[in-house]
Amino acid sequence: MSTPLITPDLVAVDVVAADRDAATRQLIDLLAAAGRVTDADGFHADVRAREAQMATGMPGGIGLPHARSAHVTAPSLAVGKVPAGVDFGAPDGPATLVFLIAAPDSGDAAHLQILAALARRLVHESFRQSLKDATDPATVAEIITREVVPS
Amino acid sequence: MKLVAVTSCPTGIAHTYMAAEALEQAGKAAGHEVHVETQGAAGSTPLDPAIIAAADGVIYAADLEVKDKERFAGKPFVDVGVKKAVHDAPGVIAAATAAVEAGVPAPVAGAPAAPAAPATKVDANAGVGTRVRQWLMTGVSYMIPFVAAGGILIALGFMVAQFADGSQGVIDVTQVPISHLLNDFSVLSGMDWAALLFHTGALAFGFLVPALSGFIAYAIADRPGIVPGFVGGAVSVAVGAGFLGGLVTGFMGGFLALWISRWKVPKGVRGIMPVVVIPLLSSFVVGLVMFVIIGQPIASLMEGLSSWLNGLSGSNLVILGALLGAMMGFDLGGPINKVAYTFAVTGLATEGLAADAVQYRIMAAVMAAGMVTPLAMALATTVRKSLFTHAERENGKAAWLLGASFISEGAIPFAAADLWRVIVSSVAGSALTGALVMAGGSAQRAPHGGIWVLPLISHPWWFVLAVAAGMVVTALVVIALKTTRRDPVLQAEHVADEQAELVAQTA
Repeated sequence: MSTPLITPDLVAVDVVAADRDAATRQLIDLLAAAGRVTDADGFHADVRAREAQMATGMPGGIGLPHARSAHVTAPSLAVGKVPAGVDFGAPDGPATLVFLIAAPDSGDAAHLQILAALARRLVHESFRQSLKDATDPATVAEIITREVVPS
Repeated sequence: MKLVAVTSCPTGIAHTYMAAEALEQAGKAAGHEVHVETQGAAGSTPLDPAIIAAADGVIYAADLEVKDKERFAGKPFVDVGVKKAVHDAPGVIAAATAAVEAGVPAPVAGAPAAPAAPATKVDANAGVGTRVRQWLMTGVSYMIPFVAAGGILIALGFMVAQFADGSQGVIDVTQVPISHLLNDFSVLSGMDWAALLFHTGALAFGFLVPALSGFIAYAIADRPGIVPGFVGGAVSVAVGAGFLGGLVTGFMGGFLALWISRWKVPKGVRGIMPVVVIPLLSSFVVGLVMFVIIGQPIASLMEGLSSWLNGLSGSNLVILGALLGAMMGFDLGGPINKVAYTFAVTGLATEGLAADAVQYRIMAAVMAAGMVTPLAMALATTVRKSLFTHAERENGKAAWLLGASFISEGAIPFAAADLWRVIVSSVAGSALTGALVMAGGSAQRAPHGGIWVLPLISHPWWFVLAVAAGMVVTALVVIALKTTRRDPVLQAEHVADEQAELVAQTA
């Protein structure tokens, strides 16, 4: 419960990836290195399955791969900035900002409310813009920790 | 304009909430009042009925079946899917206001509006196997309260009779005619109270098979299924086909009712379909099939099952106890656990059993085994705190009570965090307890209650001992298994704890 949603370790500021699968994988590896995902391959499969149902690209250059998975130990967010862009299936072009949301399978409601709050913030243009403007991992993590509070 | 919306998405953690926020923002921008119910993974808070009543229109931005959709019946609506709401919320709001202005209320569904129908556990989008299980579980979950009320009343009746009139009382209590209770009930007579408890309990218990059958049919066909289901269950009891027959009639009644309710009939007949035609035809067919065709074979099968169980003795019973115990511990409230539990509960429905019949011993073994794992987790978190996270230690405290009350689900948080270690230890201890209870001969006719129905269990100390033995074994195994692993979350917590302690010391 006390684990923060994001730390600077979970932010990559210059991701170079050929496609969304590769971009997602780089972020999964960050989560795995931080011990928040126990099985990177297993979690990746869960994210792919979700992505296959419906692409998670959003207008405004956002990619939002996510999954609830048994391989996740704590609700977590990994953020990747992709300067060259990577296609996430959004109608208006590639994503330059990728949010990977990892939710534990067994999470109770209180556990998941932080993720609900995150999803609600993501809709706001100002929030997304401040993250696009941030240049270093610490600032990105700080903005998210400050802005995302369960309602 | 006032709008209400429902959002949901397959995973329930992202789009559900993005759509909600987007709709609220877009609504505000366009000068409308928008209230959103997020049916997502973080649980959903239903909209205030007053808000729904005041709403001019409804937006469904849902990729899953909208829960309790009948709340919104009769209001103009747009149904757009969650993605559209995320990508183009202003467009969705505009479409909704247009629908409201067009003022075409959706036709109210054929059935008269009935608030709060009993819930079923059925998900219409699930696969066949899952749905069969959900139909069964709906039936079982409505049956259990009848069994609980009936079984405990009967058991209390026997207890009071034993108290009032010794071992002869236990036999006499079943012989007291109902007319005696009506005409000559004496508040001072222990036997009269015993007979009152016994008769009330026996009648409640009589609903076991009809309720099982009726609510399976209800899960399949909705309200039209209830009559053929209940009637079929009653026929099943009458011909001696017991719960097996009840399962058959539940499915048969449900599908018959579903089929008939889909007939294309003239408008004049449509009104009397649910009240007269469907119950009449489906009940008749179920009765015909049960009495004339399959009732007898199923009754023979039931008799075979009963005599097989009663023929079991000694080591065979112990093996059966171990097997049922292992099943109870295997998935802690999941399908395998429920198979073992349902087997035990439906055994209670057999009529005319002696107080120490195998069916009652099975119930005792299953109940004892189901108590083991939560208690064991509670014990393990108490004696070896360092192997568990803070959250688990908190869960451990609650698990004492849950385990003692025979709520196996109390161990689920532990299994979810560390699946195979918990399951292995759970199966080991639960199987041991199941076998021990069988060996000791504890019997009991209450289907639920754990330690709270201990007075109704024969050889109660043996029962407690068996639960305690399983609890210790499971706790020891889980501690041994957990000692061998390095859990990153746990280590992080330990480091944090140590730092906090250092800070506290230096301060």
